[in-house]
Amino acid sequence: MTLIDLANPTRFLALSARVLPWLAAATVILLTIGLYQSAYAPDDYQQGATVKIMFIHVPNAWLSMFVWGVMSIASLGTLVWRHPLADVAAKAAAPIGAAFTFLALLTGSLWGRPMWGTYWEWDARLTSVLILFLMYLGLMALWRAVDDPSRAARAAAVLTLVGAINLPIIKFSVDWWNTLHQPASVMRMGGSTLDKSFLIPLLVMAVAFTLLFVTLHVAAMRNEILRRRVRSLQMMQASRIAFSSEVGAGSREENASKEVGAA
Amino acid sequence: MTALSALIRRDVRIALRVGGGALIGVLFFLTVVVLMPFAVGPDLALLSRLGPAILWLGALLASLLTLDRLFMADHEDGSLDLITMSRTPLELACAAKALAHWLAAGLPLIVATPVLGLLLNLDMVATGAVALTLLAGTPALTFTGMIGAALAVTLHRGGLLMAVLVLPLSIPVLIFGVAASQAVIVGPLSFGAPFSILCALSLVSLVIGPFAAAASLRHGLD
Repeated sequence: MTLIDLANPTRFLALSARVLPWLAAATVILLTIGLYQSAYAPDDYQQGATVKIMFIHVPNAWLSMFVWGVMSIASLGTLVWRHPLADVAAKAAAPIGAAFTFLALLTGSLWGRPMWGTYWEWDARLTSVLILFLMYLGLMALWRAVDDPSRAARAAAVLTLVGAINLPIIKFSVDWWNTLHQPASVMRMGGSTLDKSFLIPLLVMAVAFTLLFVTLHVAAMRNEILRRRVRSLQMMQASRIAFSSEVGAGSREENASKEVGAA
Repeated sequence: MTALSALIRRDVRIALRVGGGALIGVLFFLTVVVLMPFAVGPDLALLSRLGPAILWLGALLASLLTLDRLFMADHEDGSLDLITMSRTPLELACAAKALAHWLAAGLPLIVATPVLGLLLNLDMVATGAVALTLLAGTPALTFTGMIGAALAVTLHRGGLLMAVLVLPLSIPVLIFGVAASQAVIVGPLSFGAPFSILCALSLVSLVIGPFAAAASLRHGLD
């Protein structure tokens, strides 16, 4: 089974219908374990219980970038390989990514209030994530503005690839500009600076959120495929009605004259 | 090479003649700057503090608003199809068109900056700094905006959608442009660092803009 076998939407629908329950179950189990572990993680000696916001905030922030990465790969699939499901994948991922980005911003500002004393700060990382959120919204607006899906797909693919430049800027902004947001502490040279009692729940939550994204993404892709089928069926039906009314115009006039006669 | 220089000359000439609309950008710039004192009040000290930001915002909006004509007029009269089919690489043709647009619509903005600086109570040094940062930064605005213009022509949608797509991409240019001008006027920070980043942004967009615009034209036109 390679990627090209999935080019057939029917085969993708059949496969994803079998995989989806397992994915959902794995997500629920891992989320439960992760939430349990984060709830029983020790309080930080400085931050107290607010450190637990991290277990939600950090996976959301990672996912906000990961989803754009997935969309960039899907855009390459649209532009380079013309994979028929690539634009479905890119379109389905955008609202989910926007939701993750919004949650990262929201939990970050809720965490920032007790720790930094402010909900919002024009810091390099916060600003670049906000730009990412705006670009998600712009991309969704682009999908909605054009009625022909394949035309919208190519335009959105170009824009997604241009927007991917923002990803390294977000990742390294805390290292390049020494601002309020703390520098990288999990994925860095020389190992993580995070204590094990925090690191393990965080990694479990990260895997759980990734699974959550995959589950939602596959479900959204199925919806998108079905939506396109409904749309093409409706258009076929509309053209059939238009065609039959053209052909049957003469007979309808006869009927109409009969009706007038009967009245 | 001759094809590209002919393209540049043609675009500049069209933009400067009747119906071209390049100089409308300057007029818009002037109007935006004149509007600001009405919004924040005619306080000269405040205006001179906000001056660089106002000038940069005005230039950003002016260059954005003139951009949607970049490919649209050529698409309407069919010459865009000829450019797409010609033997000159489409990327180079896009770069030439953007350069011509910058010459016709971007340079006048920079020339007008000293006059507008007077209205905002900026001194000579500050005006010079803003003009210099605009000179370094407006190419980035034109070349990233070109991506939006190419999308607009392939989607038959201009206006607000294009602004929504392009404005997030131009935020870094705005940040470093204003930061560099503020560094000259008030800041303890050095002028060099933000100015070099601004130049780097222009150079990067010089590379990425033509490729993205050409890709979008090639995949989108039919």
